[in-house]
Amino acid sequence: MNRDEAFALYKQMLLIRRFEERCAQLYVEGRIGGFLHLYIGQEAVGVGAMSVMRPDDYLIAYYRDHGYALARGADPRLLLAELCGKFTGISRGKGGSMHFYDVPRGNFGGDGIVGGHLPLAAGIGYGIRLRNTDQVCLCFFGDGAVNEGAFHEALNVSALWDLPVVYIIENNRYGMGTSIDRASSVKDLYQRASAYGIPRREINGMDLLAVRNAVTEAIERARTEKRPTLLEAETYRYRGHSMSDPGKYRTKEEVEEMMKSDPVLLWGKRLMEQERFTQADLDAVDKEVLARMEETVAFVESSPDPPVESMYEDVYVRSPYINMKAAEKDPAWRAAIREDRVPPTLPPPAPAAAPTAPAAAPAAANPTEAAVPATAKVGS
Amino acid sequence: MRDALNQAMREEMTRDPNVFILGEEVGAYQGAYKVTQGLLAQFGEWRVRDTPIAEEAIAGVAVGAAFIGLRPIAEMMTFNFSLLALDMIINHAAKYRYMSGGQVRCPMVMRGPSGAAAQVAAQHSQAFESIYAYVPGLVVAMPATPKDAKGMLKSAIRDDNPVIFLENEVLYNLKGEVPEEEYHIPLGLAEVKRPGRDVTIVAWSRPCITALAAATKLAEEGIDAEVVDPRTLRPLDEDVIFESVRKTGRCVVVEEGWRIAGFGAEISDRVQRECFDALDAPVIRVTSEDVPMPYAKTLEKAYLPQPEKIIDAVHRVMYR
Repeated sequence: MNRDEAFALYKQMLLIRRFEERCAQLYVEGRIGGFLHLYIGQEAVGVGAMSVMRPDDYLIAYYRDHGYALARGADPRLLLAELCGKFTGISRGKGGSMHFYDVPRGNFGGDGIVGGHLPLAAGIGYGIRLRNTDQVCLCFFGDGAVNEGAFHEALNVSALWDLPVVYIIENNRYGMGTSIDRASSVKDLYQRASAYGIPRREINGMDLLAVRNAVTEAIERARTEKRPTLLEAETYRYRGHSMSDPGKYRTKEEVEEMMKSDPVLLWGKRLMEQERFTQADLDAVDKEVLARMEETVAFVESSPDPPVESMYEDVYVRSPYINMKAAEKDPAWRAAIREDRVPPTLPPPAPAAAPTAPAAAPAAANPTEAAVPATAKVGS
Repeated sequence: MRDALNQAMREEMTRDPNVFILGEEVGAYQGAYKVTQGLLAQFGEWRVRDTPIAEEAIAGVAVGAAFIGLRPIAEMMTFNFSLLALDMIINHAAKYRYMSGGQVRCPMVMRGPSGAAAQVAAQHSQAFESIYAYVPGLVVAMPATPKDAKGMLKSAIRDDNPVIFLENEVLYNLKGEVPEEEYHIPLGLAEVKRPGRDVTIVAWSRPCITALAAATKLAEEGIDAEVVDPRTLRPLDEDVIFESVRKTGRCVVVEEGWRIAGFGAEISDRVQRECFDALDAPVIRVTSEDVPMPYAKTLEKAYLPQPEKIIDAVHRVMYR
């Protein structure tokens, strides 16, 4: 990885961090509804893994899905619009926080059912084998998913049929409020792969480089040997399971301890120590990211709500193999189109006004601490 | 019937390399009910995939492969086991297009026998069309004859929506004419299986065959019954049903499922609303009895819709 790449990954993690913080704020203001699961603290996993994928590879993830879409290059304006239920949202206001799909970038979205997308990942892998290409599929899920039957069925067939899928557990230690100690008979979750003879590895999910290295190796195995891998990324979420969770099942001390190994902080420190970046460089990019968030919010504010008729769209695909005369008595069939929709490419935002005072506390004196995006400390 | 289904899959697999089959015993065993006989030898293991007994994986692999443009046919050995795959179908196959704002399509078929077989008791004798027909995003097809089975399965494979294709084990041995030439029958197209003047009997899958038997007996006593087979429940070709009822003024709806929230309730709801002025009697439903399927032969017979029950219902709507 060269110096520019290293800096670009820092910026990606920072964008996710700032995006999520803004989401939390908008949720409290009542502008985002439903469930909101923030990725804060786990950024290194998604960014690290995505940075070693090829553009034609696939990914499918669980509902804590904002980070993947951003790291894969989706426009944050389309994502925030989705969260605010706008017609300009990436899923036209029909998915919300848990369902960020970006099919042109091979992103089959966030699945709202714990473990429910693992068999689908195996299916994408099967399709790749059947078409005989060297693509791979990455599948992200939480520690809670390993106790679902779908996890076992998916891993078994992936090993049995040699499917090019990299399964990545993001072990943030809690399935909602239940710690892994109270949920899993085996504490080292990656060892579950041994039951299926699948290569496995535990990685420090707070360390971007460790994630990159492990995922690179797993992708290579999938691409060339057509074999699956199970990775367990040890990570942590600073916030509750969702915005409605005050996190009373863990101590403040535990959260603070984990925040010392904040992935953004660690990577910023590395940039300064090994790549000759300065605190001023990091501050400047933070300012840029915050300005981008302002543009993002401005876009959402000028976006329309979905028209009621759009409710009937996107249920079915219009088809010459259906008697449409009969089907069209149903509004969902009347509204069906033949094509798949593609999220729009928005023009670059107009230069935004200087960002309003960020919710961030001023930078601390210690340069190492200063690299931490300060609002990360709003957590728990 | 079995051969018709086999031909449909063979022809579509030959036509389109994206079509593949997966399921329990579909390959080396030649199909638990021999519907996939010979396909493994012709198309190889990647296109005729024997799976472990893992219904969630079977359905989920089909859904995932469909997302990237393949056309999977997932065989359920019987639809009783599809309950283990319901999350894949209802939460995934039926929802992703919608939740993604139209970015994703899921051109898959899930097929296999549904309904009662012969003395296999409660867990293996269930008619689940009402569960699937309840879900927006799915297409639900239920052929009753070999010709319909072949023509509709070809449409189901070519269609870009997830299709639940419910066959019937008892009908697998049913003989019938199948056109020699290439054809397909669109989904959502009902058919009048027997024209008649006096009463409309709406029935699909095995009960449609039962209804035809009842109509033959009714003819002996001078009642001319029209049997309408919707063939597809979602989307429902209601106009053919309404047209028949407006002609006869009387309607009996027969299904193998249970009475409460059964699909027949949907049909009778629509008929009573849309054909109110034409009806000379309330719509009467014939269903299976509202208990789990018993094992004993005598009880099984008493449980299912039989020609006698349909004849009795026809007598009631005709006030005889």
